[in-house]
Amino acid sequence: MNAPVKTLNFSRRAVLKGGAITVGFALAGLPSRVRAQSAAVAKRILDSKEVDAFLAVNGDGTVTLFCGKVDLGQGLRIAIPQIAAEELGVNVDKITFIEGDTALTPDQGRTSGSNGIQRGGVQIRQAAATARKALVELAAQRLNAKAEDLETTGGMVRPKSGGTGISFADLIAGKQFDLKLDPKAPLKDPARYTIVGKPLRRPDVPAKCFGTHLYMQDFSMPNMLHARVIRPATVGAKLVSVDEGSVKDIPGAKIVRVKDLLAVVADDEWSAVRASRALRAKWSEGTGLPSQGGLVESLRNEPGIVDETLVNKGSPAAQRPDGAKALNATYYWPMQSHGSIGPSCAVADVSSESATVWTASQGTHGNQTSFAKFLGLPKEKVRMIYLEGSGCYGMNGHEDAAADAAILSRAIGRPVRVQWSREDELGWDPKGPPQLISISGAVSADGRILDWRTEMWIPKTTRGLPNIPLLAPEAAGLEHVPGLNTGLISQNGDPPYSAESIQVIAHWLKDAPLRPAPIRSPGKPANCFAVESFVDELAAAAGIDPVEFRLRGLKDPRAIEVIKRTAAMMKWQPQAYQLASTSNAIARGRGFAYIHYKHSESYVGMGMEVAVERATGRIAVERVACAHDCGQIINPDGVRAQIEGSILQTISRVLMEEVMFDRSRVLSVDWASYPILRFSGVPKIDIELIDRPTEKPVGAGEAACTTVGPALANAVHNATGARLRTVPFTPERVKLALTGKA
Amino acid sequence: MATYNLRINGNAQTVDTTDADKPLLYVLRELGLTAAKFGCGLGQCGACTVMIDGAAARSCQTTVADAQGKPVVTLEGLGTPEKPHPLQTAFINEQVPQCGYCTNGMIMSAAALLQSNKKPSEADVRSALDGNLCRCGSHVRVLSAVMAATGQRG
Repeated sequence: MNAPVKTLNFSRRAVLKGGAITVGFALAGLPSRVRAQSAAVAKRILDSKEVDAFLAVNGDGTVTLFCGKVDLGQGLRIAIPQIAAEELGVNVDKITFIEGDTALTPDQGRTSGSNGIQRGGVQIRQAAATARKALVELAAQRLNAKAEDLETTGGMVRPKSGGTGISFADLIAGKQFDLKLDPKAPLKDPARYTIVGKPLRRPDVPAKCFGTHLYMQDFSMPNMLHARVIRPATVGAKLVSVDEGSVKDIPGAKIVRVKDLLAVVADDEWSAVRASRALRAKWSEGTGLPSQGGLVESLRNEPGIVDETLVNKGSPAAQRPDGAKALNATYYWPMQSHGSIGPSCAVADVSSESATVWTASQGTHGNQTSFAKFLGLPKEKVRMIYLEGSGCYGMNGHEDAAADAAILSRAIGRPVRVQWSREDELGWDPKGPPQLISISGAVSADGRILDWRTEMWIPKTTRGLPNIPLLAPEAAGLEHVPGLNTGLISQNGDPPYSAESIQVIAHWLKDAPLRPAPIRSPGKPANCFAVESFVDELAAAAGIDPVEFRLRGLKDPRAIEVIKRTAAMMKWQPQAYQLASTSNAIARGRGFAYIHYKHSESYVGMGMEVAVERATGRIAVERVACAHDCGQIINPDGVRAQIEGSILQTISRVLMEEVMFDRSRVLSVDWASYPILRFSGVPKIDIELIDRPTEKPVGAGEAACTTVGPALANAVHNATGARLRTVPFTPERVKLALTGKA
Repeated sequence: MATYNLRINGNAQTVDTTDADKPLLYVLRELGLTAAKFGCGLGQCGACTVMIDGAAARSCQTTVADAQGKPVVTLEGLGTPEKPHPLQTAFINEQVPQCGYCTNGMIMSAAALLQSNKKPSEADVRSALDGNLCRCGSHVRVLSAVMAATGQRG
């Protein structure tokens, strides 16, 4: 326990609080992520109403932050310490960040919906502000000064006029704040920020470049077995029989079966891989899948659809004015995979008394409840510990691998590491659901949107579902809540522009062809694709420049600024909507799109320049310009990285990605059958950040995904006159559209 | 059980296994060299890339028998915090990785490129790295970092 890493010296801490003794726990030495098996975990305060749940001042003047949100590569490991350091008045390098451990961190909800900063960070800011207020008051007593004459800086409370101060450690180390988060604790004036707003470097980057960062996939523990789970040949199939002799030639390999959950375990990973290939098992026919060819029609006609009016503003005029043009169009976004580069992995150590699970899940705290349920353990006996995995953008197979490992560990009484294969990951990760969207509307001769009606056919999230249903508990016949979870996929189905009437109708489907899960910016890339494509169609019908058309319908100055800034980056010259060219072998065009994410978060303007090779139907995105306003920026380099990632990942989704399946199972199970973007497809990207230090910070991890589809489709239309309304824009689809057959 | 004599990051290493087809990736990871990552096991993604005889190689597709007697360099051996390879310095300066799961392969493939081409054009870099997949969208920074490491950019 004396390794020379960050020393979190809680070991002598013993504080009497409410009659209960909070005993010390030995964090010293171990990397924060690997303390798990340390024998004595203190009775930490985990109530997210308490300051002590979020932060502790240590004897050496360092501060430990306990964060329920986790860093998946999006940069919370620096951004949240920046927020806390700024508000407390301590240097950011004095902060140790602990994330996503149900025994140590308060439940701040799943790390999703682009809310790491806007919810998680803001909550920690208030905890830090409350702590600062308390520290200043303590110091005022000690210094015999007035609180308003003191300030905090560099881990000290000092008189504003200068002179000797008192360190935080002297004031409170070894004690607890014992304070509720005070929503009225004054926040630092953003004009005086010295840490927030700076492009500080992410602390995990060097280890990632030297190969020493500990990923979930790299974690192991003594006495651990390696497992591979064998999924059925057909979706919904039951295990009929297993040929026990089929793995006998592989040293140490054993078969583990819990009802229909089938796995092989071995002392080393390669033996487990070989055993999984050698294993022979017989499965029942299964429930199978719908026909992919008929999927779009079946969504519209699914029995059991429940209609809901999501937006109903104004009412359509009885008669449209003279010269009005009415249009309608249907758009489709297919099922897509998270496509994580590393297949999911987890380690679990489960006994009849307790469970410890190491997982790359974005929802460690939420999983504590659902894992306790299917393991039949009290919640407090289940500890979920986050370790960073390969990038996940919602919910890939991480949770499933964790459930696999937990159930197998319980079955064999040893720690188990489950590593999914590539085929497992692309075949069995929960998928982004299909979305079918029809829009009808009309534009007046002078370019006003008259009536607008969006109808969407989308799977409905099961109310009150704690999690996405997991494969292993279902296969093992354990208590588990069935249902669907898609994320909030119905938002932004209405245009952000003024219109005489706007209606959005959701036709909720009670089922989904494949198990659904939220994928980055759930649903909004499809909804924005439909809405912003249709806006372009209306602008074209009215003969108005698409940027001008959008500006006419907006009043919000932040919306107007991102659009104007994007147009300036594109050197956009307003002109009546026209095609860029019609005859060249390679047609070039430009497109535009805008979103106010969820109508309440980031503002994004996006312009795109594309080239379309007519003979092949191949699209090359040559340049993307993006103006982005996410309110107060915590770390501008982190925001840029998120925007770059949003753009590139969504170009991949729009141009290339669709889960392919037959009536038995998913067929697109490797990178040849489920291709994603490569370097040859990477455009030039220009980003302008608009910082608004006095606005609240909102999420930057998702919004720029949404504008990619429509900007791209609008650019292809500008180049060729062809409208692409079905994702992905494969060369075959583009060729059909170019010949008017799509 | 057969014994294989490997040379990894300049160190002699003997490996005992009953399976001559055991991929080098698993050998490395069992030795605690976990920079090379399992991504697909099919040679399609590049996450497991190492250098063998100075050329980029997919360690998931290289058997322990094939690796015998040839110098193997992993990301751990390419450079350290005390003595970083210029690519590692550039990747840190450009803050390239997001999740970073592909970073090993990006750096090792680029390092192999620089062995034969000290001043690659951006097109050369794109071409050399086209078999390395990234899902987070760090590509633009990868390109900047490789160009910076060759002294061709800011």
